[in-house]
Amino acid sequence: MTTREAVLGKIRRSLHTGPSDDDRRATVAARLAAHAPGLIPARGQRDPAGRLALFFEMADKVAASSERLASADEIPAAVARYLRSKNLPQAIRRGGDPRLERLPFDREPQLAVAVGPSDGHDLAGLSHAFAGVAETGTVVLVSGPDNPTTLNFLPEHHLVVVRASEIAGDYEAVWTRVRAAFGEGGMPRALNWITGPSRSGDIEQTILLGAHGPRSLHLLVVDDL
Amino acid sequence: MQVTSPAFRENARKALADVTLQKALKNVEKGFIAKRAKAAEALPEFEALRDAARDLKIHVLKHLDLYLEAYEKKVVEAGGHVHWAESAEDARRIVTDICKRLGARTVTKGKSMITEEIALNDHLEKEGITPVETDLGEYIIQLRGEHPSHIVAPAVHLTKEQVAGDFRRVHTHLDAARDLTEPVTLLTEARTVLREKFLVADVGITGANFLIAETGSSIIVTNEGNGDLTQTLPKAHIVMASIEKVVPTLEDVDTLLRVLARSATGQELSVYTTFSTGPRREGDPDGPGEYHVVLLDNGRSAMLGTEFEDMLRCIRCGACMNHCPVFQAVGGHAYGWVYPGPMGAVLTPTLVGVDKAGHLPNASTFCGRCESVCPMRIPLPKMMRAWRNREWERALNPAALRSGLGLWAFVAARPALYRLAARAAGFGLRLLGRGGRIARLPFFASGWTANRDMPAPEGATFMDQWKARGGRSA
Ligand code: SF4
Repeated sequence: MTTREAVLGKIRRSLHTGPSDDDRRATVAARLAAHAPGLIPARGQRDPAGRLALFFEMADKVAASSERLASADEIPAAVARYLRSKNLPQAIRRGGDPRLERLPFDREPQLAVAVGPSDGHDLAGLSHAFAGVAETGTVVLVSGPDNPTTLNFLPEHHLVVVRASEIAGDYEAVWTRVRAAFGEGGMPRALNWITGPSRSGDIEQTILLGAHGPRSLHLLVVDDL
Repeated sequence: MQVTSPAFRENARKALADVTLQKALKNVEKGFIAKRAKAAEALPEFEALRDAARDLKIHVLKHLDLYLEAYEKKVVEAGGHVHWAESAEDARRIVTDICKRLGARTVTKGKSMITEEIALNDHLEKEGITPVETDLGEYIIQLRGEHPSHIVAPAVHLTKEQVAGDFRRVHTHLDAARDLTEPVTLLTEARTVLREKFLVADVGITGANFLIAETGSSIIVTNEGNGDLTQTLPKAHIVMASIEKVVPTLEDVDTLLRVLARSATGQELSVYTTFSTGPRREGDPDGPGEYHVVLLDNGRSAMLGTEFEDMLRCIRCGACMNHCPVFQAVGGHAYGWVYPGPMGAVLTPTLVGVDKAGHLPNASTFCGRCESVCPMRIPLPKMMRAWRNREWERALNPAALRSGLGLWAFVAARPALYRLAARAAGFGLRLLGRGGRIARLPFFASGWTANRDMPAPEGATFMDQWKARGGRSA
């Protein structure tokens, strides 16, 4: 007998069930197929403008900074401005995401833009979010050929582009989009919910920003509503 | 880790006399209680979400075998491997085999209570593999050769001065004259030292807060980002998960996540919630080349269908210990094994045996606060009483404990007195916290710190003590 059979057998014995009880199987299959939402808090249930306002408010509460841009073309200038405001060198690393690829970085000639995963030597990284969640001021990032996960964690400053039209009220709305993009039961390899910059309360329960992940999280919200 | 639960009373006595520990433990209240209350209040649906979370987990446990099968199938579809482990020994062997096959020398670790449960670090070291804990709290206690004293805040028993001392002792490559008075300096130093470790590790091991049957994903929830670096950078990611972590769908996880951080740290959500599904895919610029999940039973399947089944709903938020007057007074190490506080008092006897840990359920004032804050509505006091009854039947308990139980029965039968006693415990602790004189605790001292200086019958002692403190009757 394999350990797999042993463990499953013990569970079945404790539950007083056999491997072939069709009712239980049907219940489980139905629940998985339905993936019905549970109780969704009212907080995020607003119109798009209301969601955007809530997103800013919640992001601020978790110490993420943010700004609103009238169009995606303003992103390179906003990146340059952010780096200057933090006294950082004019250098950023981004993924190959087409939505970042087509930005007019040539308008910021002093800004050095590297592309690809981080090896831990970048001070600032730029990513494009898959979605935002107003309920908690969270950004959702998905990994893929053009979206390195290392950019989310290794640089000291993480700048994330979010489209206002892709800010959902709640997590459930994001799962609907994930299923549309990756298929039923499908997921990207890594899907990251990020809610503010990294922090630790491990020393005397005093919360300090900047643990192992980015010390600051800056959200560039493109207002496409 | 060696079980010292049989010595709970002795452990507790030492803890109460430890001035530095008592200073550190004051941070439990500061760090958790008000924050949780505020977070719960800020979400009108919080209580209803607790009901939903409880019901969800009850459903899962009734269908646990089937959800595990569904989960396994999806992990394999995503290119991952699932390893089943009946015992701690199985799990250790699985991990070592993977590490050896990959020629691993250094293994980074995210926070994982079940790796503590199976004493993985000791085992890896014996096999010549260096485990590096990367959660700040876990890193600190690893430097000290200690074990976590809290399931969420492993180093809550330490002061910043102690941490500074450890960093000086271990980080000898740094300037000895550096100033380490501020916690932020300590954090920065740990970040720098651990960054190097992340970049050279061969294998990364994390725990899992949840597993999703619908998608074959494992989830970790952290604030530091250490778990993500642990699992993203090395050649292989090993997820250590116990069998009860599985939930059906992504939507189901939302419900649990909405109560987890609020109950644990009072955050609306932790900073990083990461869903991992299989290894690096074609064209991916980063991510682990292999993805393994170790599914550990280690006694849990035997809890199903018993009076302790409810304990398997636990999502390890730590709220029960944060709100426990006994935990606040003695800290986590006194409990003598991996899981402290009320959840530990219930879980430890099931996992290591009532003969070794049967004392623990006596380390309670039965004030009921643990159950009142538990997001999964686990009836912790009821289960502690069940253990006490079992221990009673087995006649393992010494006479002093019997009289303690007698006292409890006496008080519990009188609701007004019970409420007073419960309040007294909390109030008394606050008083004692100031004076540092814990040996004179009312009520629960009679149960387990024993009445060393109080030869009078416990019931009278409690009332006398209470009157002597100027306590009003209820
Ligand atoms: S028993 Fe409840 S309160 Fe305690 S850690 Fe588990 S879920 Fe949290």
